[in-house]
Amino acid sequence: MPANKKKHDAFARLADWLENGAQPLDEEIGESLADEAYEEENAAEKTIPSVEVKKQTPKKKKRQERHRRKRRDALTVGAYADAWWYRVTAFIVCVSLVGLLLYGVVRMPLFGNADTLADSEVASFYVTHTLEETGAVNIVTGIILDYRGFDTLGESHVLFVAVSSVLLLLSIRGEKDEQERLLESDREQRTEPDHDLVLQGGARLLLPLVLIFGIYIILNGHLSPGGGFSGGAVLGAGLILYQNAFGYDRIGKFFTYRTFRAVSVSALLFYALAKGYHFLTGANHIPGGIPEGTAGAILSGGLLLPLNIAVGCVVTCTMYALYTMFRRGAF
Amino acid sequence: MEILNVILLAVIVACAVAVSLTRGLLSAVIVFMIQGLAMSVVWVLLQAPDLAITEAAVGTGISTVLMLAALKKIQSVQRKEERRDAGKQKEA
Repeated sequence: MPANKKKHDAFARLADWLENGAQPLDEEIGESLADEAYEEENAAEKTIPSVEVKKQTPKKKKRQERHRRKRRDALTVGAYADAWWYRVTAFIVCVSLVGLLLYGVVRMPLFGNADTLADSEVASFYVTHTLEETGAVNIVTGIILDYRGFDTLGESHVLFVAVSSVLLLLSIRGEKDEQERLLESDREQRTEPDHDLVLQGGARLLLPLVLIFGIYIILNGHLSPGGGFSGGAVLGAGLILYQNAFGYDRIGKFFTYRTFRAVSVSALLFYALAKGYHFLTGANHIPGGIPEGTAGAILSGGLLLPLNIAVGCVVTCTMYALYTMFRRGAF
Repeated sequence: MEILNVILLAVIVACAVAVSLTRGLLSAVIVFMIQGLAMSVVWVLLQAPDLAITEAAVGTGISTVLMLAALKKIQSVQRKEERRDAGKQKEA
């Protein structure tokens, strides 16, 4: 069955890549250290010729054996997917997860019921008080950046931590030799879009619109639907389109790893400090000294506009960084 | 509006089923993208434009691009010449 074989191939390649690409560094170092110690031991004995010793090191043989076994296991992973118990277990797990979810949904308070306090009090409070308390015409932004400001701070940090983890994991070098690495980078280069006329023309037409729309969503977040996260995602998608159409050289002129680090760290720091100051003064009933402006104007809503810009910067950087890390393994 | 809603929801369900039944990884990603697009139109109809913007940018754009990058990493998406070369190597 050709389709099935193809599937197994993909599985095996994935397993191989995982194994070779993500070999833990400590193990490698530990093994090479053990090897050195072994050789020194033998050198001290001086009775056996060193060349022969190197060839028939039992440890090395054992390691080769282990590596071969690991490889064989990786190749047969796909075969398990056809076993009947695998399917039955997968079915049971899926059904029980769906059941758990449905059980939770059934136990939720009835929608629109007068007895459920949750949906009668909080929602109406937000609708009546948001404009006057936060100065935001767009109630959603007023809630996520003011009432639940710490939530959004945590979300921004989750994005930042995700990129940091990817950076950390991909910077571990596997035991691939030099030639293999060269081959891979060569293949990467050949599959890059090379001055694709359709792509470049489309990008020239679309990019200004996409970028301006993203900036508009961020700056207008407290007045119209949208905000830092949506605008940042649009801008990040625009950057990815730019990279695909014009290549790494062009985007490297204004967006590098240094830019990413500087922008996202300072935006997060600004968010944390501004929100901390806001909460501190608000909780102690001290006037914060932040001008509120007239509701509905672009410069209004106090801290909402700067906070939106900070969140937008973080999200833009994260989206592009995640993409470029997975594509190239580096900036 | 009612008819449009029904059609869009049907498209979403059909796409969700199709994703899990499709054998080709590339087609599965494309069908998943269509599902995200239909979802973002549903958000507009439900009067949640901010969610629609996010869904269109993240669900349709960025997650698709990330999945395509992953497919390329496991060499599931190849150029024509490369596929021919790989076939030759297998024969040899």
